[in-house]
Amino acid sequence: MISMFGAVESGVIYALMALGVYLTFRVLDFPDLTVDGSFVTGASVAAISIMNGIPPIIATLFAAIAGFIAGCVTGLLHTKGKINALLSGILMMTALYSINLRIMGQPTSSLLNEPTVFTQLESVWAKTGIDSFFNGILSFFGAEQLPATWSIVCLMIVVTLVIKLVTDYYLKTEVGLALRAIGDNKKMIRSLSANTDTLTIVGVGLSNGLVALSGGLIAQNGGFADVNMGIGMIVIGLASVIIGEALFSTKTIGRATLAVIGGAIIYRIIVTLALEVEFLDTGDMKLITALIVIVALVTPKMLQVRKEKRRRILKRQQLDRQIRGNQNSA
Amino acid sequence: MLKLKNISITFNEGTPDEKKALADINLDLEQGEFVTVIGSNGAGKSTLMNVVSGNLIPDLGDVIIDGKQVVHMPEYKRSRFIGRVFQDPMAGTAPSMTIEENLAMAFSRTKKRRLRSGVTKKRKEMFKEHLSTLNLGLEDRLTAKVGFLSGGERQALSLLMTTFTEPNILLLDEHTAALDPSRAALITNLTDDVVRKSGLTTLMVTHNMQQALDLGTRLIMMDKGQIILDVSGEEKQKLTIEDLLHEFQRIRGKQFESDRAVLN
Repeated sequence: MISMFGAVESGVIYALMALGVYLTFRVLDFPDLTVDGSFVTGASVAAISIMNGIPPIIATLFAAIAGFIAGCVTGLLHTKGKINALLSGILMMTALYSINLRIMGQPTSSLLNEPTVFTQLESVWAKTGIDSFFNGILSFFGAEQLPATWSIVCLMIVVTLVIKLVTDYYLKTEVGLALRAIGDNKKMIRSLSANTDTLTIVGVGLSNGLVALSGGLIAQNGGFADVNMGIGMIVIGLASVIIGEALFSTKTIGRATLAVIGGAIIYRIIVTLALEVEFLDTGDMKLITALIVIVALVTPKMLQVRKEKRRRILKRQQLDRQIRGNQNSA
Repeated sequence: MLKLKNISITFNEGTPDEKKALADINLDLEQGEFVTVIGSNGAGKSTLMNVVSGNLIPDLGDVIIDGKQVVHMPEYKRSRFIGRVFQDPMAGTAPSMTIEENLAMAFSRTKKRRLRSGVTKKRKEMFKEHLSTLNLGLEDRLTAKVGFLSGGERQALSLLMTTFTEPNILLLDEHTAALDPSRAALITNLTDDVVRKSGLTTLMVTHNMQQALDLGTRLIMMDKGQIILDVSGEEKQKLTIEDLLHEFQRIRGKQFESDRAVLN
């Protein structure tokens, strides 16, 4: 129960990263692997800023800006340098590994004795009595272990929803429509006087801004930033997007972004459940993630084929009956 | 309105595949003139379109639109003045976006895109009005994804998206060639209507000689990167396919070789 709570809590933070991945993979149709690096950039910038006495909120903002810049560079490599999208992401991710080490000056930075956005909120939060209210409900239903604080989950739900709504609005503006058209029909939107290069650069920048924001918050939530914490992040983001799309409707932009957030939370829950299986340990996480993505990619297609096959069989029987009926009556 | 001066372009220069795609082309289009361009494959029609649209930069020559030299202006900037419909019905619309979103993107062609809502109530009314001129019932399907429309419907929508903002120059690149005869006729009629009504300066490439004769106020024939025939006004009205073939033979002294032209 308590681990489930933790899963939802970190799921909502990772949802920001998943939204970023959604922007590149789905909206721009740009498979951007910068994510593995920019997530850590966010974490290290936030950590180092806080350690240098910058207020956590500002430090978090710095994290997002650093990610935005990293993403813009990837976009530049692709559009102006004419480097293949996958390769520009890989190049940037590799370069960021060294840059992240430089930012922190060491492989790991601890935030245990530093203020974070979450600890600051908690001190205010404790006075409100919301925790005891929610925990009261939980213990009423027989929960034995109770979450220490509800502040993180509540704050992050609000923050993530606000960012989701802003993203939704952005994607419906004149600029946003052009951005979406890049992933849909680049030739057309160029013939409609949109500067596809600039839009791509800004789009990849915004995506990595969200990823780095998520990284900065994860570092503050976990109490440390580590240079290796971003390994496999892109696959986690992709898993969230694909799970969300497989389980929820994606008819409109608003629903699609909501699905991505849902996917990120469900991904965390799946991982938590998997880790409760005795012979699996944390090292198996990446394998599990890859398997989740494969299953989420393959199953919907298999179901579709089976459904179509069943439909055909039914239709054939129906037509058979009709033909026989016609022959009998004739 | 559109002036092409001494346009020359050579592909694969210095290799055995060297090809003079356009050789010293001069063309002057008055405001409201509707020019149809015919010629066999490889005559340079598409290259000509690409030079006007900014897809290709010529080795030599000027492209002047409305008095402005645009030859070095990138394609996306130039498309503020130029509307373009492609041959492929899928090329002119974004399939996973709705009809109203596609129209909103086309509406932004002539101005700077901002962070304001692309589809507003007011615009929806305007979109509906324009869509109803197509008589395809699309005005009742504003929120349908364009990917669900048929090829003919998509091409009609592309044509509308290109023309309702009244571009200074309209480029039509064999835009009925990929459609069945009845859909092609529909698009041809729509084209004729809208060009007439808005008085658009138009350059239309076609392989269909009948279409080239029926539409427009002026006809040019191209071969080997040159304009070999240029007729307008009454002279064009009287022109027949026979005349065209005959004229081509006279000028080039050989059979009109394009299979597609003969089939049409």
